[in-house]
Amino acid sequence: MSVLYIVLPLAIVMAGVALTAFILSVRKGQFDDLDTPPLRMLFDDEPTDKRKD
Amino acid sequence: MTTLATELLAASAPAAARVSCSHCGQDVPRGLVEVESPLQFCCAGCRAVYDAIHACGLEAYYRLRDSAVTPPGRLRLPSKPSESSFESFDAQAFHKLFVQQQSETVASVDLVLEGVTCAACVWLIERLPHVLPGVIEARLSLRQAIVRVTWNTRELSLSRIGRTLNSLGYTPHPAKGLPRKQIARIEVRKKLIDLAVAGAIAGNAMLVACALYAGRGGRMEDSYREFFRWISAMLGILSLAWPGAGFFRSAVAAIRLRTVNFDVPIVLGLVAGSVAGIVNVILNRGEVYFDSLSVLVFLLLVGRFLQFRQQRRADDAVELLFCLAPSTCRIVRSEDLIEEMPIEAVVPGDLIEVLSGQTIAADGVVESGQSHVLQALLTGEAAPVPVGVGDKVWGGAANQGASLRIRVSQVGADSRVGRLMRVVERGVAEKPAIVQFTDRIASRFVLIVSLAAVGTFAYWSRFDVAAAVDHAVALLIVCCPCVLGLATPVTLAVAIGRLARRDILVKSGAAIEKLARQGQILLDKTGTLTFGQLRLVRWHGDEQYKPLVAAMEKQSQHPVARAFCQALAGFELSASQSALLHDVKEQPNGGIRAMLGNRAVRVGSPAFVNRAGIFVPPSLARLQHELEQVGTTVVLVAVDGNAVALAGFGDQIRDDSPAAVHALRELDWNEEILSGDAQSVVRKVAGAVGIDPCRATGEMTPEAKLALVREYQGRCLTVMVGDGVNDAAALAAADVGIAVHGGAEASLAAADVYIASPGLTPLVHLITAARKTMRTIRVNLAISLAYNLVAGTLAATGKMSPLICAILMPASSAAVLSLAMASIRRIDRKTPPNTEAKP
Repeated sequence: MSVLYIVLPLAIVMAGVALTAFILSVRKGQFDDLDTPPLRMLFDDEPTDKRKD
Repeated sequence: MTTLATELLAASAPAAARVSCSHCGQDVPRGLVEVESPLQFCCAGCRAVYDAIHACGLEAYYRLRDSAVTPPGRLRLPSKPSESSFESFDAQAFHKLFVQQQSETVASVDLVLEGVTCAACVWLIERLPHVLPGVIEARLSLRQAIVRVTWNTRELSLSRIGRTLNSLGYTPHPAKGLPRKQIARIEVRKKLIDLAVAGAIAGNAMLVACALYAGRGGRMEDSYREFFRWISAMLGILSLAWPGAGFFRSAVAAIRLRTVNFDVPIVLGLVAGSVAGIVNVILNRGEVYFDSLSVLVFLLLVGRFLQFRQQRRADDAVELLFCLAPSTCRIVRSEDLIEEMPIEAVVPGDLIEVLSGQTIAADGVVESGQSHVLQALLTGEAAPVPVGVGDKVWGGAANQGASLRIRVSQVGADSRVGRLMRVVERGVAEKPAIVQFTDRIASRFVLIVSLAAVGTFAYWSRFDVAAAVDHAVALLIVCCPCVLGLATPVTLAVAIGRLARRDILVKSGAAIEKLARQGQILLDKTGTLTFGQLRLVRWHGDEQYKPLVAAMEKQSQHPVARAFCQALAGFELSASQSALLHDVKEQPNGGIRAMLGNRAVRVGSPAFVNRAGIFVPPSLARLQHELEQVGTTVVLVAVDGNAVALAGFGDQIRDDSPAAVHALRELDWNEEILSGDAQSVVRKVAGAVGIDPCRATGEMTPEAKLALVREYQGRCLTVMVGDGVNDAAALAAADVGIAVHGGAEASLAAADVYIASPGLTPLVHLITAARKTMRTIRVNLAISLAYNLVAGTLAATGKMSPLICAILMPASSAAVLSLAMASIRRIDRKTPPNTEAKP
């Protein structure tokens, strides 16, 4: 069971990494507007763009 | 005369079916319906927007819009394009104030847009770079209705961007108060990070605690147990030191001021638990409490975050209205050069032009022009005041007649509005602090819990000092008022959210708490109980003259003529009648005369009609006298030699005012009217809405209103309801200030609550909802106290194990939270929806 001495700190470090990622995204302003981005992805691309492809 | 009457009657026959506008979907007035056209427009503005959208190849907007839903709880703003050329957007002062230069050629600006409602608007606005070469990016925030436009300053002027947005139906305004918004944004981010950290720690601490609980009774080797306890302690201390630090700061600040707030009992529990936990970890004995403590911190932060977010939304909505207030004025540089500039650029000595319908930007003296100005928001006078050359006018008044040229004498802090704002600041500074409900409980709570802990320690120390410490600490932790600390903000947050859906924006939870009590409610008259503008209140005479009068009054800029046109909007002369109408002339002495065929028609003040030597029948003369007694403006209509109809104009009382006044009294509020308008008018309105005229005071200055609010505050809870700049000081000083629909920006800033739909019915709803919210909070309090009593007794008698504590705490939180949600939902169902008509 001595593997616990590695696994438990590792689990906490992983939680820490996830937390850091979240904090960074908050600081970059990704959580400032929660209403518009979910709508933005619903819009189709311009038909003109399709013809170019 | 009978033939004339029948002809006119035939002309005003109603049209049958309703037609809705191809752009905005509202009903098209029957005069504008185009037969056999697939496209129908309610106004020229909608047609222009429709054409612009098609010209840019953006028709997909309509398809998207029809499938999109407007998110609930947001303000719908008018979306008629403005006629401005937006040249002020290019002014240097404007750029200095609002534009951020990214590099030499690239700049960005935040613009608040009118008319943003749904997903389709996001699509349309973010297409801007395709429509207008030179725009690099346009990003819209739907909730705030703010678009950030980044553009190339070499290729494109900002006014061009402004005009394009305007032509698409979104009138842009510069986003004011950006520094404040930036501060608020950082605050939200900080709270969100605190919440995330507390949540992550609480989750991990619970995992560790599960292992410890599972390994109880010797099923776990001591070395592992100790390791787990150290990890738990580290996590717990991190939770208290980072996200939990706010509780400590607030509690210390309260103790310094020798008061007790809600954070004091929380901190008491946290400190007792963490000190005992650290000692136990080091000595390797007893219990560690860090799992409970970190969950406690997390749950408390969740509650507070929810409340904060709802208040922030209300704040945002009010700030949005702020930005929509006109922020430009026309400066006359020379006879043929008129520049549109931001108001901030105006200096004393400038000559400004104020067009009809605009708000005067600064105090000054009229140099040319003759008009009427409405000072309702400044002084409370409902009747427009005539002004001419040499007269002094005040910034903030609305020009209702012809355009005026004004030599600016004072701006900013020296102007009348600026001076009023200083009175407002005084009102805010001297606002008495009312002890909040939860803080009042907290002080008693701390006392009882400390006494109980001391008692427990004293009792057990006779047998075993170590056990005595353990039991006292356990008591302090389980009695931490977590449940109440969570349930109260969540209940308030839900209530604020529900109220926002009804266009009632509450900026602080404390306002709800105060409104749930009873006391004195002071109502402003103009704009609050009444519409605050001239309206047709009385028509005596045959209906058939209405189309004729409407056609004649269209030619005039006079406020009475405007009110006439508004009231008689549906009455149109037939084509044959219009052809007969000629020689419409506005007379300088308060009237209009015209010829209908060979009949002379006169519409005007009694003086104007009398001068023409017209016979006024005694019945009309009596009515005229009666109306004039109560401050109503009388207009007579005369055909040939006889007066045939009479119209009375005044500030009409809102339809729902009497019912709302009655409802407020039922709710045990004492009502009183304060107004800057004439005493006789105020008394009459008081009588009409059902308030004792003795409790109605007129001719009050802003300072007098403030003084009266103070006087009442000595005795009872005081609520002020108003809309004008003259009410702002009283709004700021009152225990709760409520600004109503159509108010001045000063009053919006000063008030705790803003009612964004017209009338007083929402006020009644607000107070009912506040009462029900507080009832829920009290029930929650009872439940959480019962929990504390049970848990405290268990702890004091030594029967409490941390495991029981760990189960009891979330269980009681869940119970109280679900109760809070359920009861608020009931509030919403029981109150009838807002049904009053919009004017």
